[in-house]
Amino acid sequence: MIKYILRRLLFFIPVILGVIFIVFTLLHITPGDPAKIILGQGATPESVQALRQEMGLNKPFLVQFFIYLRDLIIHQDIGISYVTKMPVMVSILGCLPYTFKLALASIFVGIIFGIPTGIISAVKQYSIFDNVTMVLALIGLSMPVFWLGLLLIILFSVQLGWLPASGFDSFKSMILPSLALGSQSVAMFARMTRSSMLEIIRQDYIRTIRAKGQKEIVITIMHTLRNSLIPIITIVGVQFGTLLGGALLTESVFSIPGIGRLMVDSIKTRDYPVVQGGVLIIAIFVCIVNLIVDIIYGFVDPRIKSQYV
Amino acid sequence: MSESKVSNKSNVKRQTQLGEVWTRLKKNKLAMTGVLIIIIMAIIAIFADFIAPYDYAEQNLSSSLQFPSKSHIFGTDEFGRDIFSRLIFGSRISLAVGFIAVGIAVIIGGILGSVAGFYGGVIDNFIMRCMDVLLSIPPILLSIAILAALGPGLMNLMIATGISAIPGYARIVRASVLSIKEQEFVEAARAVGSTDIRIIIKHIIPNCLAPLMVQATLGMASAILTAAGLSFIGLGIQPPTPEWGAMLSGGRGFIRDYPYITFFPGLAIAMTIFGLNVLGDGLRDALDPKLKN
Repeated sequence: MIKYILRRLLFFIPVILGVIFIVFTLLHITPGDPAKIILGQGATPESVQALRQEMGLNKPFLVQFFIYLRDLIIHQDIGISYVTKMPVMVSILGCLPYTFKLALASIFVGIIFGIPTGIISAVKQYSIFDNVTMVLALIGLSMPVFWLGLLLIILFSVQLGWLPASGFDSFKSMILPSLALGSQSVAMFARMTRSSMLEIIRQDYIRTIRAKGQKEIVITIMHTLRNSLIPIITIVGVQFGTLLGGALLTESVFSIPGIGRLMVDSIKTRDYPVVQGGVLIIAIFVCIVNLIVDIIYGFVDPRIKSQYV
Repeated sequence: MSESKVSNKSNVKRQTQLGEVWTRLKKNKLAMTGVLIIIIMAIIAIFADFIAPYDYAEQNLSSSLQFPSKSHIFGTDEFGRDIFSRLIFGSRISLAVGFIAVGIAVIIGGILGSVAGFYGGVIDNFIMRCMDVLLSIPPILLSIAILAALGPGLMNLMIATGISAIPGYARIVRASVLSIKEQEFVEAARAVGSTDIRIIIKHIIPNCLAPLMVQATLGMASAILTAAGLSFIGLGIQPPTPEWGAMLSGGRGFIRDYPYITFFPGLAIAMTIFGLNVLGDGLRDALDPKLKN
């Protein structure tokens, strides 16, 4: 098992380096001289030149990349905001908890509503429940998260006045954003659980267990669900990345001060280091989640584990 | 002479295969709903000039913020522009974004995937590791990073959405190529002296089209969704161009008193995405040999 985890970790490093390289390159080709932007309109060419020298902007591209990489790894430094003149990392770390809470709450919504729905749909294939939920799931997949968010605000905040339309501090204020962002996950998990379970349900060994007189509930949970878990875990992992991206739009709708909101505000003020910093940090987290998913595979599927014993 | 005979034969074969898929697709009611929605959307986009009762940019402040009525069936926005007309013209933008973004992704992803699958080894490893890197950045985030570098605008929006979708296509094409290149007809083509490029274009790509078609249909849905999201946060298409995401965003300030401004553009996006999603699902089922009977 340790061998398997180490191998996964080794794969993880080049991917992270690649992500950092892409983000750095994109920041590099973004128009505008950072030194000029930081110093503002009235800066003299000499002072701009001096700052360029100080920031290392006159060095070759690859040298700049390695300096960026070094600063990132040693000092956790990913540049300075053009607007607030504060280190980007400080603003991002301040926003990170909100984004994380939102993504986790939405995954939770997805799991508790999606997986049971998928299980029932698979067991009762072609029943009314199955047909209705699968059409609902398709509708759920088609709703833009920002539209659903606004509809929820119109209904539950404006018309009914039950829940707050913004913020993310109390439990009550977390409900609408998590539902808006989580609805796609509900649909996705329900569909994936259903199709994955249907593949297993038809297997001979399930028939054998049933022939031996095992209870239906035990067959469903202990045998069918357990063997359907790999695709479900994959989709939960993939969905986490999508959710971190979708969190961006949800935060903007519900005025949640997370990374997404920070990035959207920074786009408007052309504060590109913050935008790219946000992309970088979220991408790193997505990679970490992928790594965790890979490791979970090893625990869930004995076939994967046995390859590395 | 013999060559034309062969190509005639393969044409007949392909038509029957397509026909078979179509027959199976026709039985799927949900998928046919999708086909219908997409055809309607396409007609609306093509004939927008004739269908829309008003010009999309025509401002009329005296009739601003009117609720849906006979003269403005979806109401008017804060500048007195007819929302129905704007939605109709907006369909052009969304469909164009979907088509071109997917086109970019299919072409680049297809080339990368077929080269990786066909040659294998170091080239395969290098290309696919690059794709892994791109895949680990959520599409909307990658688009944002690219758009921040390129600047907002319709063309850049298409490029950004297209690039962020490349890895998915590369993976699918690679997987198909891997299974196809071992088959005998590829060996036969090589034996008669076909070049690699000819084998890839003439023999391998036509055989990867089925999974690619499914992915492209579903990919159009996600491209339109990503583009609308980017416009919603102000990064995509700039006003007064009537893009659905941007229209939705424009109505946010009025949700308390005029919720219809946000309702209709969202409905247009959701319907289009729904149509593409059910069609994609239906195509996948129709093309799946396991479900043939």
